[in-house]
Amino acid sequence: MIVRARVNGEWRSAEVWAGASLLHLLRDHLGLPGSKNACEQGECGSCSVWLDGELVCACLVLAAQAHAREVRTVEALAAGDRLHPVQEAFVEAGAVQCGFCTPGFVVAAVDLLQRDPAPDDATIREALSGNLCRCTGYAKILDAVRLAAQRMAGRPR
Amino acid sequence: MIPAAFDYAAPATLDEALRLLRRHRHAKVMAGGQSLLSLMKLRVASPSFIIDLRRIGRLAYVKEDKGAIAVGAMTTHAALAAAALVRRRLPALAQAAEAIGDLQVRNVGTIGGSLAHADPAADYPAVLLACDGVVVVRGPRGTRKVPAGQWFTGLFATALRSGEIVVEVQFPILPAGTRSAYVKMKHPASGFAVVGAAAVVRLGRDGRVADVRLAFTGAASHAFRARAAEEALRGQEPTEAAVRAAMARAPEGVDLLEDLVADAAYRAQLVRVYGARAVLAALG
Ligand SMILES: Cc1cc2nc3c(=O)[nH]c(=O)nc-3n(C[C@H](O)[C@H](O)[C@H](O)COP(=O)(O)OP(=O)(O)OC[C@H]3O[C@@H](n4cnc5c(N)ncnc54)[C@H](O)[C@@H]3O)c2cc1C
Ligand code: FES
Ligand code: FES
Repeated sequence: MIVRARVNGEWRSAEVWAGASLLHLLRDHLGLPGSKNACEQGECGSCSVWLDGELVCACLVLAAQAHAREVRTVEALAAGDRLHPVQEAFVEAGAVQCGFCTPGFVVAAVDLLQRDPAPDDATIREALSGNLCRCTGYAKILDAVRLAAQRMAGRPR
Repeated sequence: MIPAAFDYAAPATLDEALRLLRRHRHAKVMAGGQSLLSLMKLRVASPSFIIDLRRIGRLAYVKEDKGAIAVGAMTTHAALAAAALVRRRLPALAQAAEAIGDLQVRNVGTIGGSLAHADPAADYPAVLLACDGVVVVRGPRGTRKVPAGQWFTGLFATALRSGEIVVEVQFPILPAGTRSAYVKMKHPASGFAVVGAAAVVRLGRDGRVADVRLAFTGAASHAFRARAAEEALRGQEPTEAAVRAAMARAPEGVDLLEDLVADAAYRAQLVRVYGARAVLAALG
Protein backbone atom coordinates (compact mmCIF):
# COMPACT_ATOMS: atom_id res chain seq x y z
CA MET A 1 0.00 0.00 0.00
CA ILE A 2 1.06 3.60 -0.50
CA VAL A 3 1.40 5.62 2.67
CA ARG A 4 1.64 9.37 2.45
CA ALA A 5 2.39 11.52 5.47
CA ARG A 6 3.74 14.96 6.24
CA VAL A 7 7.10 14.15 7.80
CA ASN A 8 9.12 16.97 9.37
CA GLY A 9 7.18 19.46 7.32
CA GLU A 10 7.41 17.72 3.98
CA TRP A 11 4.83 15.43 2.33
CA ARG A 12 6.51 12.06 1.72
CA SER A 13 5.15 8.80 0.41
CA ALA A 14 6.35 5.24 0.27
CA GLU A 15 5.11 1.81 -0.75
CA VAL A 16 5.02 -0.43 2.32
CA TRP A 17 3.40 -3.71 3.28
CA ALA A 18 0.43 -3.66 5.66
CA GLY A 19 2.49 -4.91 8.60
CA ALA A 20 5.12 -2.17 8.38
CA SER A 21 5.33 0.03 11.45
CA LEU A 22 5.68 3.78 11.33
CA LEU A 23 9.21 3.17 12.61
CA HIS A 24 10.04 0.99 9.58
CA LEU A 25 8.57 3.61 7.31
CA LEU A 26 10.80 6.30 8.79
CA ARG A 27 14.00 4.28 9.06
CA ASP A 28 13.87 2.00 6.03
CA HIS A 29 11.86 3.97 3.50
CA LEU A 30 12.30 7.65 4.28
CA GLY A 31 15.96 7.73 5.29
CA LEU A 32 15.29 8.90 8.85
CA PRO A 33 17.19 6.48 11.13
CA GLY A 34 17.26 8.85 14.13
CA SER A 35 14.36 7.07 15.85
CA LYS A 36 15.79 3.82 17.15
CA ASN A 37 14.46 0.31 16.89
CA ALA A 38 14.97 -1.55 20.16
CA CYS A 39 12.20 -3.49 21.92
CA GLU A 40 9.56 -3.15 19.18
CA GLN A 41 6.95 -3.62 21.91
CA GLY A 42 6.23 -0.09 23.02
CA GLU A 43 8.21 -0.59 26.21
CA CYS A 44 11.44 1.37 25.78
CA GLY A 45 10.55 4.61 24.02
CA SER A 46 13.66 4.69 21.77
CA CYS A 47 11.35 5.07 18.78
CA SER A 48 9.43 8.07 20.20
CA VAL A 49 8.13 10.50 17.58
CA TRP A 50 5.26 12.95 17.34
CA LEU A 51 2.13 11.91 15.46
CA ASP A 52 -0.20 14.88 14.97
CA GLY A 53 1.73 16.56 17.76
CA GLU A 54 1.38 13.72 20.26
CA LEU A 55 4.24 11.63 21.57
CA VAL A 56 3.90 7.99 20.42
CA CYS A 57 6.04 4.88 20.04
CA ALA A 58 6.57 4.57 16.28
CA CYS A 59 7.16 0.83 16.65
CA LEU A 60 3.61 0.33 17.91
CA VAL A 61 1.85 2.38 15.25
CA LEU A 62 1.36 0.98 11.77
CA ALA A 63 2.72 3.05 8.90
CA ALA A 64 -0.85 2.89 7.58
CA GLN A 65 -2.12 4.57 10.76
CA ALA A 66 0.07 7.57 9.97
CA HIS A 67 -1.44 7.98 6.51
CA ALA A 68 -2.46 11.59 5.80
CA ARG A 69 -1.14 12.68 9.18
CA GLU A 70 1.69 14.80 10.51
CA VAL A 71 4.85 13.11 11.80
CA ARG A 72 7.74 14.87 13.49
CA THR A 73 10.96 13.08 14.36
CA VAL A 74 14.16 13.78 16.26
CA GLU A 75 15.74 14.84 12.95
CA ALA A 76 13.54 17.96 13.00
CA LEU A 77 15.05 19.32 16.21
CA ALA A 78 18.47 20.61 15.21
CA ALA A 79 18.65 23.58 12.85
CA GLY A 80 21.50 22.53 10.57
CA ASP A 81 24.55 22.26 12.81
CA ARG A 82 22.87 24.07 15.65
CA LEU A 83 21.57 21.57 18.19
CA HIS A 84 18.26 22.01 19.96
CA PRO A 85 18.81 23.23 23.56
CA VAL A 86 17.67 19.82 24.84
CA GLN A 87 20.25 18.08 22.65
CA GLU A 88 22.93 20.51 23.81
CA ALA A 89 22.01 19.90 27.41
CA PHE A 90 22.24 16.11 26.94
CA VAL A 91 25.77 16.50 25.59
CA GLU A 92 26.86 18.89 28.31
CA ALA A 93 25.33 16.99 31.19
CA GLY A 94 26.93 13.74 30.04
CA ALA A 95 23.49 12.18 29.61
CA VAL A 96 24.63 10.13 26.62
CA GLN A 97 26.61 6.90 26.92
CA CYS A 98 25.97 4.33 24.20
CA GLY A 99 23.43 6.78 22.83
CA PHE A 100 20.84 4.27 21.70
CA CYS A 101 18.11 5.60 23.94
CA THR A 102 19.07 9.24 23.41
CA PRO A 103 16.86 10.23 20.45
CA GLY A 104 13.81 8.88 22.28
CA PHE A 105 14.70 10.68 25.51
CA VAL A 106 15.41 13.91 23.66
CA VAL A 107 12.06 13.79 21.89
CA ALA A 108 10.21 12.95 25.14
CA ALA A 109 12.06 15.75 26.96
CA VAL A 110 11.21 18.28 24.24
CA ASP A 111 7.58 17.10 24.40
CA LEU A 112 7.58 17.68 28.17
CA LEU A 113 9.16 21.14 27.98
CA GLN A 114 6.63 22.19 25.35
CA ARG A 115 3.82 21.33 27.75
CA ASP A 116 5.54 22.40 30.96
CA PRO A 117 8.54 24.70 30.63
CA ALA A 118 9.42 24.47 34.33
CA PRO A 119 8.71 20.89 35.41
CA ASP A 120 9.55 19.66 38.90
CA ASP A 121 11.48 16.43 39.35
CA ALA A 122 8.42 14.25 39.79
CA THR A 123 6.97 15.63 36.56
CA ILE A 124 10.22 14.97 34.68
CA ARG A 125 10.32 11.40 35.96
CA GLU A 126 6.71 10.76 35.00
CA ALA A 127 7.21 12.30 31.54
CA LEU A 128 10.25 10.12 30.88
CA SER A 129 8.77 6.96 32.39
CA GLY A 130 8.08 5.56 28.93
CA ASN A 131 11.79 5.68 28.04
CA LEU A 132 14.37 3.16 29.17
CA CYS A 133 18.12 3.66 29.40
CA ARG A 134 20.43 0.76 30.16
CA CYS A 135 23.61 2.84 30.58
CA THR A 136 23.31 6.12 32.40
CA GLY A 137 21.31 5.29 35.51
CA TYR A 138 19.06 8.25 34.59
CA ALA A 139 20.64 10.78 36.99
CA LYS A 140 22.45 12.62 34.20
CA ILE A 141 19.39 12.49 31.99
CA LEU A 142 17.42 14.26 34.72
CA ASP A 143 20.29 16.78 35.02
CA ALA A 144 20.10 17.38 31.27
CA VAL A 145 16.35 18.06 31.34
CA ARG A 146 16.73 20.47 34.27
CA LEU A 147 19.56 22.25 32.43
CA ALA A 148 17.55 22.48 29.23
CA ALA A 149 14.54 23.85 31.12
CA GLN A 150 16.71 26.58 32.67
CA ARG A 151 18.27 27.52 29.35
CA MET A 152 14.99 27.53 27.48
CA ALA A 153 13.21 29.65 30.09
CA GLY A 154 12.19 32.81 28.38
CA ARG A 155 13.44 31.54 25.04
CA PRO A 156 10.47 30.53 22.86
CA ARG A 157 11.20 27.58 20.66
CA MET B 1 9.44 -8.99 15.26
CA ILE B 2 7.29 -9.09 12.21
CA PRO B 3 3.59 -9.86 12.26
CA ALA B 4 2.07 -12.54 10.04
CA ALA B 5 0.72 -11.20 6.75
CA PHE B 6 -2.67 -9.50 6.86
CA ASP B 7 -4.87 -7.26 4.77
CA TYR B 8 -5.76 -3.82 6.04
CA ALA B 9 -8.66 -1.46 5.69
CA ALA B 10 -9.54 1.80 7.41
CA PRO B 11 -13.26 2.23 6.70
CA ALA B 12 -14.82 5.67 7.12
CA THR B 13 -18.03 4.48 8.79
CA LEU B 14 -19.04 2.11 11.53
CA ASP B 15 -21.46 0.31 9.21
CA GLU B 16 -18.65 -0.40 6.77
CA ALA B 17 -16.46 -1.66 9.63
CA LEU B 18 -19.26 -3.99 10.76
CA ARG B 19 -19.71 -5.23 7.21
CA LEU B 20 -15.99 -5.99 6.85
CA LEU B 21 -15.99 -7.73 10.21
CA ARG B 22 -18.82 -9.97 9.07
CA ARG B 23 -17.28 -10.69 5.70
CA HIS B 24 -13.77 -11.67 6.85
CA ARG B 25 -13.66 -14.63 9.18
CA HIS B 26 -10.31 -13.96 10.83
CA ALA B 27 -10.66 -10.21 10.95
CA LYS B 28 -9.91 -8.11 14.00
CA VAL B 29 -10.65 -4.50 14.63
CA MET B 30 -7.80 -2.26 15.68
CA ALA B 31 -8.22 0.79 17.89
CA GLY B 32 -4.89 2.14 19.22
CA GLY B 33 -3.02 -1.06 18.44
CA GLN B 34 -1.15 -0.74 21.74
CA SER B 35 -2.04 -4.29 22.76
CA LEU B 36 -2.98 -5.83 19.42
CA LEU B 37 0.19 -4.89 17.50
CA SER B 38 2.48 -6.24 20.15
CA LEU B 39 0.55 -9.55 20.21
CA MET B 40 0.71 -9.70 16.41
CA LYS B 41 4.46 -9.13 16.44
CA LEU B 42 4.83 -11.93 18.97
CA ARG B 43 2.52 -14.00 16.73
CA VAL B 44 0.21 -14.63 19.65
CA ALA B 45 -2.44 -13.10 17.40
CA SER B 46 -2.40 -13.49 13.63
CA PRO B 47 -5.55 -11.99 12.21
CA SER B 48 -5.78 -12.16 8.43
CA PHE B 49 -7.56 -8.83 8.20
CA ILE B 50 -7.19 -5.65 10.25
CA ILE B 51 -10.04 -3.19 10.37
CA ASP B 52 -8.58 0.08 11.62
CA LEU B 53 -11.26 2.12 13.40
CA ARG B 54 -9.34 5.39 13.42
CA ARG B 55 -11.03 7.03 10.44
CA ILE B 56 -14.50 6.50 11.81
CA GLY B 57 -15.55 9.87 13.13
CA ARG B 58 -17.61 10.42 16.27
CA LEU B 59 -16.17 7.52 18.27
CA ALA B 60 -13.89 9.70 20.40
CA TYR B 61 -15.77 11.90 22.87
CA VAL B 62 -16.52 12.43 26.52
CA LYS B 63 -19.94 13.89 27.25
CA GLU B 64 -22.76 13.98 29.74
CA ASP B 65 -25.73 12.04 28.46
CA LYS B 66 -28.90 11.05 30.32
CA GLY B 67 -27.34 10.96 33.76
CA ALA B 68 -24.18 9.23 32.65
CA ILE B 69 -20.73 10.12 31.46
CA ALA B 70 -20.65 8.67 27.95
CA VAL B 71 -17.20 7.90 26.59
CA GLY B 72 -16.69 7.03 22.94
CA ALA B 73 -14.83 3.75 22.42
CA MET B 74 -11.97 5.46 20.55
CA THR B 75 -11.29 7.97 23.32
CA THR B 76 -7.62 7.73 24.28
CA HIS B 77 -6.42 7.24 27.83
CA ALA B 78 -4.77 10.68 27.65
CA ALA B 79 -7.97 12.40 26.53
CA LEU B 80 -9.95 10.69 29.28
CA ALA B 81 -7.40 11.61 31.94
CA ALA B 82 -7.56 15.24 30.84
CA ALA B 83 -11.36 15.53 30.46
CA ALA B 84 -12.66 18.13 32.92
CA LEU B 85 -16.03 16.36 33.24
CA VAL B 86 -14.35 13.10 34.27
CA ARG B 87 -11.88 14.74 36.65
CA ARG B 88 -14.70 16.57 38.37
CA ARG B 89 -17.45 13.97 38.45
CA LEU B 90 -15.64 10.63 38.38
CA PRO B 91 -12.09 11.04 39.70
CA ALA B 92 -11.58 7.25 39.81
CA LEU B 93 -11.84 7.05 36.02
CA ALA B 94 -9.40 9.92 35.46
CA GLN B 95 -7.02 8.37 37.99
CA ALA B 96 -7.16 5.00 36.23
CA ALA B 97 -6.58 6.57 32.79
CA GLU B 98 -3.67 8.56 34.13
CA ALA B 99 -2.11 5.47 35.73
CA ILE B 100 -1.97 3.50 32.48
CA GLY B 101 1.51 2.72 31.16
CA ASP B 102 3.32 5.83 30.04
CA LEU B 103 2.49 8.92 28.00
CA GLN B 104 3.31 7.29 24.66
CA VAL B 105 0.77 4.52 25.39
CA ARG B 106 -1.85 6.89 26.81
CA ASN B 107 -1.69 9.07 23.70
CA VAL B 108 -2.70 6.16 21.45
CA GLY B 109 -4.46 3.45 23.48
CA THR B 110 -8.23 3.64 23.86
CA ILE B 111 -10.85 2.72 26.46
CA GLY B 112 -12.76 0.56 23.96
CA GLY B 113 -9.58 -1.34 23.12
CA SER B 114 -8.71 -1.86 26.74
CA LEU B 115 -12.16 -3.18 27.71
CA ALA B 116 -12.37 -5.43 24.63
CA HIS B 117 -8.89 -6.78 25.31
CA ALA B 118 -9.70 -7.49 28.98
CA ASP B 119 -6.14 -7.87 30.13
CA PRO B 120 -6.37 -9.14 33.72
CA ALA B 121 -3.92 -6.40 34.76
CA ALA B 122 -5.61 -3.51 32.91
CA ASP B 123 -6.78 -0.54 34.95
CA TYR B 124 -10.23 0.39 33.62
CA PRO B 125 -11.97 -2.89 34.48
CA ALA B 126 -11.93 -2.14 38.22
CA VAL B 127 -13.46 1.29 37.63
CA LEU B 128 -16.09 -0.05 35.24
CA LEU B 129 -17.22 -2.56 37.88
CA ALA B 130 -17.10 -0.20 40.87
CA CYS B 131 -19.09 2.41 38.95
CA ASP B 132 -21.67 -0.05 37.60
CA GLY B 133 -20.76 1.06 34.09
CA VAL B 134 -22.24 -0.22 30.86
CA VAL B 135 -20.46 -1.27 27.67
CA VAL B 136 -22.40 -0.40 24.53
CA VAL B 137 -21.70 -2.66 21.56
CA ARG B 138 -22.93 -2.59 17.98
CA GLY B 139 -23.28 -5.71 15.92
CA PRO B 140 -25.12 -7.24 12.99
CA ARG B 141 -28.30 -7.29 15.07
CA GLY B 142 -28.11 -3.72 16.31
CA THR B 143 -27.01 -2.19 19.57
CA ARG B 144 -26.78 -3.93 22.91
CA LYS B 145 -25.85 -2.68 26.36
CA VAL B 146 -23.83 -4.99 28.56
CA PRO B 147 -23.71 -4.19 32.29
CA ALA B 148 -20.24 -4.17 33.84
CA GLY B 149 -20.98 -7.26 35.91
CA GLN B 150 -21.55 -9.31 32.77
CA TRP B 151 -18.74 -7.92 30.65
CA PHE B 152 -15.67 -9.78 31.94
CA THR B 153 -16.04 -13.51 31.52
CA GLY B 154 -12.49 -14.80 31.92
CA LEU B 155 -8.83 -14.26 31.13
CA PHE B 156 -8.79 -11.90 28.12
CA ALA B 157 -12.44 -12.85 27.60
CA THR B 158 -15.56 -10.68 27.48
CA ALA B 159 -19.21 -10.83 26.54
CA LEU B 160 -18.36 -9.31 23.12
CA ARG B 161 -19.75 -11.59 20.41
CA SER B 162 -18.18 -12.14 17.04
CA GLY B 163 -19.09 -9.39 14.61
CA GLU B 164 -19.56 -6.82 17.36
CA ILE B 165 -17.70 -3.58 18.01
CA VAL B 166 -17.59 -1.62 21.26
CA VAL B 167 -18.91 1.86 20.51
CA GLU B 168 -19.35 3.53 23.89
CA VAL B 169 -18.80 3.09 27.59
CA GLN B 170 -21.25 4.66 30.06
CA PHE B 171 -20.53 5.54 33.66
CA PRO B 172 -23.60 6.61 35.66
CA ILE B 173 -22.98 10.01 37.23
CA LEU B 174 -22.55 9.58 40.95
CA PRO B 175 -25.11 11.35 43.15
CA ALA B 176 -23.79 14.36 45.04
CA GLY B 177 -21.77 13.23 48.05
CA THR B 178 -20.78 9.92 46.50
CA ARG B 179 -17.04 9.79 45.95
CA SER B 180 -14.65 7.63 44.03
CA ALA B 181 -10.97 6.77 43.77
CA TYR B 182 -8.64 4.37 41.97
CA VAL B 183 -5.24 3.30 43.29
CA LYS B 184 -2.83 0.72 41.97
CA MET B 185 0.45 -1.00 42.62
CA LYS B 186 2.32 -0.75 39.34
CA HIS B 187 4.34 -3.64 38.03
CA PRO B 188 7.88 -2.29 38.32
CA ALA B 189 8.72 -2.99 34.67
CA SER B 190 5.50 -3.01 32.64
CA GLY B 191 3.50 -0.47 34.63
CA PHE B 192 0.39 -2.70 34.52
CA ALA B 193 -1.52 -3.26 37.76
CA VAL B 194 -0.14 -5.95 40.04
CA VAL B 195 -3.25 -5.00 41.95
CA GLY B 196 -5.56 -2.07 41.27
CA ALA B 197 -8.55 -1.06 43.40
CA ALA B 198 -11.48 1.19 42.61
CA ALA B 199 -13.85 2.41 45.31
CA VAL B 200 -17.14 4.29 45.18
CA VAL B 201 -18.35 5.38 48.62
CA ARG B 202 -21.29 7.30 50.04
CA LEU B 203 -21.68 8.34 53.64
CA GLY B 204 -25.18 8.58 55.12
CA ARG B 205 -26.61 11.42 57.22
CA ASP B 206 -25.37 9.62 60.32
CA GLY B 207 -21.81 9.83 58.99
CA ARG B 208 -21.58 6.06 58.54
CA VAL B 209 -20.86 4.24 55.29
CA ALA B 210 -24.26 4.06 53.59
CA ASP B 211 -23.09 2.52 50.38
CA VAL B 212 -19.83 1.22 48.98
CA ARG B 213 -18.77 -0.55 45.81
CA LEU B 214 -15.28 -1.92 45.59
CA ALA B 215 -13.63 -3.68 42.65
CA PHE B 216 -10.19 -5.08 41.95
CA THR B 217 -8.09 -5.68 38.87
CA GLY B 218 -4.74 -7.41 38.47
CA ALA B 219 -5.51 -9.91 41.20
CA ALA B 220 -7.45 -12.61 39.36
CA SER B 221 -8.16 -13.81 35.82
CA HIS B 222 -10.50 -10.87 35.46
CA ALA B 223 -11.64 -7.90 37.52
CA PHE B 224 -14.13 -8.61 40.30
CA ARG B 225 -16.36 -6.90 42.88
CA ALA B 226 -15.40 -7.61 46.50
CA ARG B 227 -18.91 -8.02 47.83
CA ALA B 228 -17.99 -9.53 51.20
CA ALA B 229 -15.79 -6.54 52.00
CA GLU B 230 -18.49 -4.13 50.79
CA GLU B 231 -20.98 -5.87 53.09
CA ALA B 232 -18.55 -5.69 56.02
CA LEU B 233 -18.01 -1.96 55.52
CA ARG B 234 -21.62 -0.93 55.10
CA GLY B 235 -22.97 0.72 58.26
CA GLN B 236 -19.51 1.23 59.73
CA GLU B 237 -17.92 4.47 60.84
CA PRO B 238 -15.52 5.53 58.09
CA THR B 239 -12.43 5.22 60.25
CA GLU B 240 -9.16 3.83 59.01
CA ALA B 241 -9.40 0.96 61.49
CA ALA B 242 -12.91 0.04 60.34
CA VAL B 243 -11.92 0.20 56.69
CA ARG B 244 -8.89 -2.00 57.25
CA ALA B 245 -10.92 -4.49 59.28
CA ALA B 246 -13.53 -4.78 56.51
CA MET B 247 -10.82 -5.30 53.90
CA ALA B 248 -9.78 -8.53 55.59
CA ARG B 249 -12.67 -10.01 53.60
CA ALA B 250 -11.75 -8.45 50.24
CA PRO B 251 -9.93 -11.48 48.77
CA GLU B 252 -12.68 -13.86 49.97
CA GLY B 253 -13.73 -16.50 47.46
CA VAL B 254 -11.38 -15.30 44.73
CA ASP B 255 -8.92 -17.51 42.89
CA LEU B 256 -5.89 -15.19 42.96
CA LEU B 257 -3.25 -15.04 40.26
CA GLU B 258 0.31 -16.10 40.96
CA ASP B 259 3.28 -14.86 38.98
CA LEU B 260 6.89 -13.81 39.42
CA VAL B 261 5.94 -10.52 41.02
CA ALA B 262 3.40 -11.77 43.51
CA ASP B 263 2.30 -15.18 44.76
CA ALA B 264 -1.30 -15.68 45.86
CA ALA B 265 -0.66 -14.90 49.53
CA TYR B 266 1.08 -11.64 48.68
CA ARG B 267 -1.66 -10.72 46.19
CA ALA B 268 -4.25 -11.31 48.91
CA GLN B 269 -2.34 -8.90 51.12
CA LEU B 270 -2.14 -6.35 48.29
CA VAL B 271 -5.89 -6.67 47.75
CA ARG B 272 -6.49 -5.86 51.43
CA VAL B 273 -4.03 -2.98 51.51
CA TYR B 274 -4.99 -1.38 48.18
CA GLY B 275 -8.69 -1.88 48.88
CA ALA B 276 -8.29 0.13 52.08
CA ARG B 277 -6.25 2.79 50.29
CA ALA B 278 -8.90 3.16 47.60
CA VAL B 279 -11.73 3.56 50.12
CA LEU B 280 -9.72 6.01 52.23
CA ALA B 281 -8.68 7.97 49.12
CA ALA B 282 -12.32 8.19 48.03
CA LEU B 283 -13.33 9.42 51.49
CA GLY B 284 -10.60 12.07 51.08
C1 LIG C 1 4.22 -0.39 27.25
C2 LIG C 1 2.77 -0.59 27.52
C3 LIG C 1 2.31 -0.42 28.82
C4 LIG C 1 0.94 -0.57 29.09
N1 LIG C 1 0.51 -0.39 30.38
C5 LIG C 1 -0.80 -0.51 30.68
C6 LIG C 1 -1.29 -0.28 32.01
O1 LIG C 1 -0.54 0.07 32.92
N2 LIG C 1 -2.62 -0.43 32.24
C7 LIG C 1 -3.50 -0.77 31.24
O2 LIG C 1 -4.68 -0.87 31.52
N3 LIG C 1 -3.06 -0.99 29.99
C8 LIG C 1 -1.75 -0.86 29.67
N4 LIG C 1 -1.33 -1.07 28.39
C9 LIG C 1 -2.31 -1.49 27.36
C10 LIG C 1 -2.98 -0.25 26.74
O3 LIG C 1 -3.83 0.35 27.68
C11 LIG C 1 -3.77 -0.54 25.47
O4 LIG C 1 -4.04 0.71 24.93
C12 LIG C 1 -5.09 -1.26 25.64
O5 LIG C 1 -4.92 -2.48 26.29
C13 LIG C 1 -5.71 -1.60 24.28
O6 LIG C 1 -6.22 -0.45 23.69
P1 LIG C 1 -5.97 -0.16 22.17
O7 LIG C 1 -6.86 0.96 21.83
O8 LIG C 1 -4.54 0.05 21.94
O9 LIG C 1 -6.53 -1.47 21.49
P2 LIG C 1 -5.93 -2.50 20.36
O10 LIG C 1 -4.55 -2.84 20.75
O11 LIG C 1 -6.12 -1.80 19.05
O12 LIG C 1 -6.93 -3.67 20.50
C14 LIG C 1 -6.89 -4.55 21.59
C15 LIG C 1 -7.95 -5.63 21.40
O13 LIG C 1 -9.25 -5.09 21.49
C16 LIG C 1 -9.97 -5.24 20.28
N5 LIG C 1 -10.67 -3.97 20.08
C17 LIG C 1 -10.12 -2.74 20.06
N6 LIG C 1 -11.07 -1.79 19.95
C18 LIG C 1 -12.25 -2.45 19.88
C19 LIG C 1 -13.61 -2.01 19.76
N7 LIG C 1 -13.95 -0.71 19.72
N8 LIG C 1 -14.56 -2.97 19.72
C20 LIG C 1 -14.25 -4.27 19.78
N9 LIG C 1 -12.99 -4.75 19.90
C21 LIG C 1 -11.99 -3.84 19.96
C22 LIG C 1 -8.94 -5.56 19.22
O14 LIG C 1 -9.51 -6.35 18.20
C23 LIG C 1 -7.91 -6.30 20.02
O15 LIG C 1 -8.30 -7.64 20.19
C24 LIG C 1 0.02 -0.93 28.06
C25 LIG C 1 0.49 -1.11 26.75
C26 LIG C 1 1.85 -0.92 26.48
C27 LIG C 1 2.34 -1.11 25.08
S1 FES D 1 11.33 0.24 20.01
FE1 FES D 1 9.45 1.27 20.21
S2 FES D 1 9.20 1.35 22.34
FE2 FES D 1 10.99 0.18 22.14
S1 FES E 1 22.85 5.71 26.87
FE1 FES E 1 22.88 3.61 26.42
S2 FES E 1 20.79 3.04 26.66
FE2 FES E 1 20.83 5.06 27.34
